[in-house]
Amino acid sequence: MRVTDIKNPDYFHKVVDCQWACPAHTPVPEYIRLIAAGRYADAYMVNWKSNVFPGILGRTCDRPCEPACRRGRVEEDNQAKPEPVAICRLKRVAADFKGDDMKGRMPKPAAKKNGRKIACVGAGPASLTVARDLAPLGYQVTVFDQDPRAGGMIWSQIPRFRLPEEVIDEEVGYILDLGVEFRGGVKIDSMKKLIAQGYDAIFIGSGAPRGRDLEIPGRKAAANNIHIGIDWLSSVSFGHTTKIGKRVIVLGGGNTAMDCCRTSKRIGGGDVKVIVRSGFEEMKASPWEKEDAQHEGIPILNFLVPKAFLHANGKLTGMSFEKVKAVYDDKGKRSLVPTGEPEQTFECDDVLVAVGQENAFPWIEKDAGIEFDQWGLPVLDKATLQSSARNVFFGGDAAFGPKNIIWAVAHGHDAAISIDKLLNAEDLRERPAPSVNLLSQKMGIHEWSYDNEIAGDARYKVPWRDIKLTLKNVKAEVELGFDVATAWKEAQRCLNCDVQTVFASKLCIECDACVDICPMDCISFVANGEESELRARLNAPAKNLTQDLYLQDGLKTGRVMVKDEDVCLHCGLCAERCPTGAWDMQKFLLEMTDAGPGCRSRERKAA
Amino acid sequence: MTYVLKPKLHHPMLAKNKLGFTRRDYEGKVSTLCAGCGHDSISAALIQAFFQLDIQPHRVAKLSGIGCSSKTPDYFLGNSHGFNTVHGRMPSVLTGANLANRDLIYLGVSGDGDSASIGLGQFAHVMRRGVNMTYILENNGVYGLTKGQFSATADKGSKAKKGMVNADAAVDTVSLALLMGATFVARSFSGDKQQLTPLVEAAIWHQGAAFIDVISPCVAFNNHPGSTKSYDYVREHNEAVNRLDFWPSRDAITVDYSEGGVIEVPQHDGSIIKLRKLDAEYDPSDKINAITHIAQAAAKGEVLTGLLYLAPDAEDLHQHLNTFEAPFNRLGEKELCPGSALLDKINAGLR
Repeated sequence: MRVTDIKNPDYFHKVVDCQWACPAHTPVPEYIRLIAAGRYADAYMVNWKSNVFPGILGRTCDRPCEPACRRGRVEEDNQAKPEPVAICRLKRVAADFKGDDMKGRMPKPAAKKNGRKIACVGAGPASLTVARDLAPLGYQVTVFDQDPRAGGMIWSQIPRFRLPEEVIDEEVGYILDLGVEFRGGVKIDSMKKLIAQGYDAIFIGSGAPRGRDLEIPGRKAAANNIHIGIDWLSSVSFGHTTKIGKRVIVLGGGNTAMDCCRTSKRIGGGDVKVIVRSGFEEMKASPWEKEDAQHEGIPILNFLVPKAFLHANGKLTGMSFEKVKAVYDDKGKRSLVPTGEPEQTFECDDVLVAVGQENAFPWIEKDAGIEFDQWGLPVLDKATLQSSARNVFFGGDAAFGPKNIIWAVAHGHDAAISIDKLLNAEDLRERPAPSVNLLSQKMGIHEWSYDNEIAGDARYKVPWRDIKLTLKNVKAEVELGFDVATAWKEAQRCLNCDVQTVFASKLCIECDACVDICPMDCISFVANGEESELRARLNAPAKNLTQDLYLQDGLKTGRVMVKDEDVCLHCGLCAERCPTGAWDMQKFLLEMTDAGPGCRSRERKAA
Repeated sequence: MTYVLKPKLHHPMLAKNKLGFTRRDYEGKVSTLCAGCGHDSISAALIQAFFQLDIQPHRVAKLSGIGCSSKTPDYFLGNSHGFNTVHGRMPSVLTGANLANRDLIYLGVSGDGDSASIGLGQFAHVMRRGVNMTYILENNGVYGLTKGQFSATADKGSKAKKGMVNADAAVDTVSLALLMGATFVARSFSGDKQQLTPLVEAAIWHQGAAFIDVISPCVAFNNHPGSTKSYDYVREHNEAVNRLDFWPSRDAITVDYSEGGVIEVPQHDGSIIKLRKLDAEYDPSDKINAITHIAQAAAKGEVLTGLLYLAPDAEDLHQHLNTFEAPFNRLGEKELCPGSALLDKINAGLR
C-alpha cells in the first residue's frame, strides 16, 4: 500500500466525518468546542459562515453529519444504544445563547456597488445564500418571491411548531440587511421578460413547487376534501387555512407527510393517521421525525397502496387500500406485491397527499435558451451549476430535484462562486481550493490546547414542551433545545476528530508506546502489503472500508506504521506516550472558499 | 506521565476470551513511567499473555521489589493480588507466599538493580529452590530512578549518556539463572512482543522456576549510541535461536512447520513444547550447550534471544519438600493440630 499523502486536503477532511458529510462542509468540531467554552456567539459565526442559517438548521436540518459521526461507531459494543453526537441540536444551542448583539459581527453592506445586477428567483435558502455571498462584494442582488415573506419553503412548508417565526425573521433579516433587495409577492411568470431586464446573472432557486397528485378513482368527485401536502402546509403557514376535519388520512412517508400529520393534529384533526405504500423502515422521513409523529399519538400504517377515494353526495367519506408485501429479486430490487387480502377501507373527512414533489418551470419559455432534460430538470454543469444559458444558474431543489436546506445552501455557495468568476471573466470550471490549516495543539508536556479527555456519556435527549400545550397551538415549538449545562455535557461527547494524529517516521524509535496505550487498537507496526490484505492483519481488523488507513514508511526496521482512522478517539494518548514527538496532535481546520477575491484564480496567483 | 485516564471505550470488535473478558479487563492503571519506556511494552505483553491463557485475574499474585520495573505491576492486572517488597527481597516474599498458597500463579517482576545488585543473593536462591513462578527481569542496564548510573547488568565497555565508559564486568542473569538451576530460561526484547508474549505464556504454564530476562531500553538514560541496551543496538544484534509461536497442549498439532525444522521438548506431565528452530545448532533442552552458546554470543557482542533452556524434567519447590497437596492457607485446625497423642508418639520416636 502506498504512503498516505496528508498534504492532500481531502485526507484529513475525510477523517472529520461530520464536516465531510455536510454539503456545506461546516467545521463541526470547531464550533462544538466553542460551545463547550461558552463562546456561543463565536460558535454561531462559524456556522453562519458555512451554512448561513444556524438557528433554522439547528431545528430542521436533515443532519447528514449525524449518521456519519464517529461517536456512533465508537459506541458500538460500548454503549447500550450507540448514538452520534447531537450535532444539530448543539447548532441550535449556539443560536439560542449567542446574545442579541450579532449585528456588529455581520458583514456590512458594500460601501460601493460594483455595478453588477443579479436576480434571484425564489427567496428560499439557495437564493438567500447567493445573496449573502454576493451582496457584501458590491453586487446589487434582487430576490423575487411569489410569497410576501422571504424564506421560501422554510416559511411555507416547515410548520411553526418546529421552527418559530422569530428565528426565520432574524436569520433572513441578516441577509436582507446586507443591502439585498427583496421583492415579495412578485410572481415571475416569464423567463424571457426577466432576461430582458438586463441582469448580469440570474439565479433560479425556485424550489420544487409542485406536490405530486394521486390520480385514483374518486379524486375529482371528492376534490374539496383532498389537499396537496405542501400547498396545504403553506396555506396553514400563511394563516389561510386554520382548520381541518376530525378524521384525517395523510398519504406518504416523507418529512412533508410528517409535517402534515402533526399540523393536522393541532388544527382540529382528532383521528389522524399516516398511511404509506412502503414498509415503515424504508420510509423517506428522518427517523426522528417519525418518532416525533408517533410521540404525538399518530399511527403510521404501512404496506397499504391507495386504491380509491370513497365519496357520497360529493363529499369524501373514506379511502380504500390494497395490502401489499415487499418482495426482493436477485439483485435486491424491491417490488410491492399484493398479498391477496381483502381491501381495507378507512373512513375520513380529509386527505392530505404528500407523496412527493416535482420540479416545475411553467414560466421558463421553451425558447428562453435554457435546456431541460427528459425529466424536466435543467441541464446543468454539476460543479458550476451553470445552465445552457451562460449567465443563468440553478440551485437548491430547482437544480436536481427535491433535497433539503443544507444542500440548497451548498448550491448557493457554489453558484455565487460561479457568478463571481463569470463576471470577472474567469474560468468557472476552475473551482477554488478550500483554505486548510494544520496546527500543532501541543502546549507543553502532556498539555494540549483541546480537551482530550473522553466522556463516556450517552447521548442527551432534547426536552419537549408539554404535549398538552403543543397539540393545542400550532405555533408552540415542540422542542425546547438544550439548556447550557446539558449542552456542555453533550459537547463533551464530541471526539474532536479534527485534531489529527500526525506521524513523523523519522522521529520514531519503534518503542511501541503508542500501540500499547491506544484504547481502540488503531495503531500497528507491520510489514507493508496490499491494502485488502493489510487490513486483515492489523492489531484490530480494519473492516470499515469507507475509512482510510494512514500509512507511513521510513522506519528503521523497514516496517510501516498503519493507523486505522475508523474508531480513533483523538484522545492524543499516542502523542502523550510518544517519547520522541513522532506523534503530534494537529488541528485541521478546513474552510470552504466563498465567492470573492479568494475564489478568483488570477488574484490568487498574483498574491 | 499521563494525566488523563485511558478511556474505557474499546474497539467494537475487541475479542473476548473463554472467561468473557477482553484484553482491556487485564489492564491496570495508566503508567507513570517515562513515555516510551520498554517496561510499558512488557506490561502490554503480560496483559496479552494472561488474556490469551484465559486466566482469572484473581488467581494471580504479582510481586515486585523496588525500581522502575517494580512499579509496573500497578499498570497491569488491576484485579490481581500484589505485593511490593523491600528492595531486592521479592524472591523470598514470593517463596513464602508460594509455600502458603501453592494454588496461585506467581509472577515476580524485578529490574536489574533489584535482581543483579541488591538482590543478587535472593535471585540465586529462588532459582536454586525451583519456586514455581514466572520471574520477569526488566533489564535496561541503568538505574533510571537515580538518573542513569550503570547498573550491574551494563556491559563492559558500554557508554553512559554523558559518555562515561563502563569498566566493570556485567552480571549475565541468564547464565546465572541456568547455573543456579532454573528450569525455564529465556531472553527477549521489549520491542518484539511477537517473541515475548508466547515466551511469557510458556513461562506461566511451566511448573517450576521460569526466568525471562527482557531487555527493555531506558528511553530517558540508556537509548543512545554506545549503549548496548538501546532499541537500535538490540535490533541490530538480536540473534533469536528459536520462535515459540504456539502454545503446548495435549492435542495433536497439525500445523506443518517444514521450513526451519521443529524441536520438541517433552514435559513430564505428558505435554510437549514445540519450538521452531531459527538456529539449526541450538538445542534448548541441552543445558551445557545453552551455556556455551550464550557465552559465545556474548563474546561476539550478540544478544541471544528466545527460549534458551527448558528442562524436560522440571520440578518445583513443593515437590522438593514433598509438601501437602492442598494449599497451607486452606488447612484448618484439625489438619494443622493433629493432637497431643500424635505429638507424644513423634516425640517418643525421637528419644
